[in-house]
Amino acid sequence: MSDVLTFTDRGIYCAAGDFYIDPWKSVDRALITHGHADHARPGMKAYLATPTAKPVMQYRLGSDARIETQLYGIEQKIGSASVSFHPAGHVPGSAQIKVVVDGEAWVVSGDYKTVDDGLSEPFEPVKCHAFISECTFGLPVFNWTPQDVLADQINTWWQANHSEGRFSLLGAYALGKAQRLLSTVDASIGPILTHGAIENTNEVLRAQGIALPDTIRVTPELNIKDYPRALVLATPGALAQSWAQKFNPSSSAFASGWMALRGVRRRRSADQGFIVSDHADWRGLNEAIAATEAEKIFVTHGYTSQFRRWLEDQGYDAHIVATDYTGDEDSGE
Amino acid sequence: MKDFAELFRHVDQTTKTNAKVAALAEYFATATEDDKLWTIALFTGRRPKRTVTSSKLREWAADAAGIPLWLFEDSYSVVGDLAETISLVLPEAKGVEDHSLTYWISRTKSFPKLEEDDRKTAVLSAWTQLPNYQRFLFNKLLTGGFRVGVSAKLVTRALSQTTGQDAAVLTHKLMGQWTPDTTTWQALIEDDDPQSDLSKPYPFYLAHALDNLDQLSDPTGWNAERKWDGIRGQLIVRQGEHYIWSRGEDLMTDRFPELAQLKDFVPDGTVIDGEILAFRDGAPLSFNALQKRIGRKTVPKKLLAEAPVVLMAYDLLEDQGRDIREVTFAERRNRLEKIIKSAPDHLPLHLSSSVPFDSWDHLAKERDRSRDLNAEGLMLKRLDSPYLSGRKRGDWWKWKIDPLTIDAVMIYAQAGHGRRANLFTDYTFAVWNGNELTPFTKAYSGLTDAEFREITSWVRKNTLQRFGPVRQVPPHHVFEIAFEGIQASPRHKSGVALRFPRMLRWRKDKPVAEANTLADLKEMLEPYG
Repeated sequence: MSDVLTFTDRGIYCAAGDFYIDPWKSVDRALITHGHADHARPGMKAYLATPTAKPVMQYRLGSDARIETQLYGIEQKIGSASVSFHPAGHVPGSAQIKVVVDGEAWVVSGDYKTVDDGLSEPFEPVKCHAFISECTFGLPVFNWTPQDVLADQINTWWQANHSEGRFSLLGAYALGKAQRLLSTVDASIGPILTHGAIENTNEVLRAQGIALPDTIRVTPELNIKDYPRALVLATPGALAQSWAQKFNPSSSAFASGWMALRGVRRRRSADQGFIVSDHADWRGLNEAIAATEAEKIFVTHGYTSQFRRWLEDQGYDAHIVATDYTGDEDSGE
Repeated sequence: MKDFAELFRHVDQTTKTNAKVAALAEYFATATEDDKLWTIALFTGRRPKRTVTSSKLREWAADAAGIPLWLFEDSYSVVGDLAETISLVLPEAKGVEDHSLTYWISRTKSFPKLEEDDRKTAVLSAWTQLPNYQRFLFNKLLTGGFRVGVSAKLVTRALSQTTGQDAAVLTHKLMGQWTPDTTTWQALIEDDDPQSDLSKPYPFYLAHALDNLDQLSDPTGWNAERKWDGIRGQLIVRQGEHYIWSRGEDLMTDRFPELAQLKDFVPDGTVIDGEILAFRDGAPLSFNALQKRIGRKTVPKKLLAEAPVVLMAYDLLEDQGRDIREVTFAERRNRLEKIIKSAPDHLPLHLSSSVPFDSWDHLAKERDRSRDLNAEGLMLKRLDSPYLSGRKRGDWWKWKIDPLTIDAVMIYAQAGHGRRANLFTDYTFAVWNGNELTPFTKAYSGLTDAEFREITSWVRKNTLQRFGPVRQVPPHHVFEIAFEGIQASPRHKSGVALRFPRMLRWRKDKPVAEANTLADLKEMLEPYG
């Protein structure tokens, strides 16, 4: 039996349906797991994604991009392949893509996490013969703080800064993490200011009916002195630049899976690090893979060599696939 | 240990010096004397003796975490810290009643008396009891190397706030070979006499690097001398005994047996600041010669003959039993000269000569001769300056020579660990040898975080082959590599070994074909090797 999917220099390819999944070079037909820039790239003639993922993609790729949608759990024939989308729990609208050809099912995970973040559609295990998994955090040292403890940590930090008249500067990337934090924090503590890149995404998501607490966009005209105890959500890049210096006095924090490592936390020179990620942690990866009941596992980005060997030790037929995905947290975001 | 863990978390998580000092001061105001003493000891590099081997700890931790040893080791290489790796892979702790820092330290001290099985049980039980952060600190006590973002300087500032004592006096009190087992809080901090400990060294005075001479204006009033390339050390002669301390507060007395005779000729109550140099036939040898002696506790005869050492004296801190650090440099140097002149010539004790000069231009020419003399550059000291403690700006400057440089091609990249766990920061560099690239050095430092990020994303997309954690990349990027010295080395494929290589610049402007050659590198062996 030939492979359902093959790995080409353009991306993951399905010959039976003549389409690519999350390709990194221009192709005619691209199925997209989610809207992050390393998965939804410009230059494809046609895109297919979930309806929830579409607005952000349209915003990022431009109004010319041709984006069709397909609901979770619905099967659609493309050529001789049968295609369905299933929640990946990564960001709102993110999907695992299942492709069945001649009764053989392969699933591309995209990026995923197994914990329910209260915002994204919760991860759903999909049974298959072969599973193509990310493993951004594929080492046993990565174990995330439970969601309720996390909420408590962030709120305690903000509350303490609030009572001492300081800004709380929190770094998180613009699509997914920022909104997850917004829906995690206790918005009754004080006002929430947002960096423009994050507020642009907030507007797109609000327009499609996703509920987020009220936020105030930071603009040159905004008098930040009116909000001395605010929580300020910014992209990690902005936090490192002069943009952040006007918020004074302040305490700064990053929210990322990398914050599990003391060394990385110290390199970022923040006052606090919250261990939170939209990728699966060690346990999550192992549980998700076991739940697929697949025998063949392909690992893409992350600690691939270690994780592949671990899977092989566990009895899987495991391989590394070279892709252009970075994992949106790879560069420390 | 909850309060100690809380203190550690505070100082570890903030980047603000004042916040660190405040947290320390608060701790010193409330903790017990035993806990305070241990805290000072740990933060100034005095850890308890290692009582469990690191290989046992790895084995037990992998076992308790349900992972194979290789995966533990790979995780360790990413995390970069054994204590942290163990605390991260273990299942969550139960958490029970709180015990003091001193309690946990005495627990670890009891381990050597236990049979191995009991020792394992004791360690595993601590791991299940201590919540995450305390578990990490407990592991730190076991593995040593208690390095945190707290310097001895911050500890003394905080102690100064709590006790009302002068910080410089406290710095002096904390020097030397005390441990919490040999002293008490009362004796170390509250009692007044730092001299009561015969071996106690003075805090070293360190110079800042000089960027340009404009900072100094007039050349009169300055003394210039060579900056020798050895190990900075302090010779103490008191009551017929001698001690030699390194700048890192290592007691090195036994490593340099040829200096033992100094105590017979240098008067009691003398402390000299100087440089330990490999020295033969009236001239210093290169640092490479001294390197063979570093880290050797006993010295074989052959090595003693090949690389004998001397103390090149810079300064006098104690004269006739009196602390003279407040006296001017000119006067201290006069007295130093007298001591050295009155000792026999054959002694391995030399005065670091002044380099006379009448203008800065003149001195710059002298600086250019440094490499020929096996010196690192020049030191400039104000004649009227006191001997301060720590790194201070203004009175003392080091004026080092420019490093040697070569343009090289990056051919392998490896992810860093610890602070750099998610970045490719460790590179192997090559130079042209005909049509081939011959690797000759690795380098890890010198680039900005932004540059490391840029290269990291390039490496991810351009990996040709993987050898475990090492990635082979296409020869594409050229870097200017700076280094302090070069020597022939038959062990290396290139035939050379560099001293302190680092990346000076990313030469984005330079095509790979224009990188230097192995012949260029070997040519440097002639004048500098």
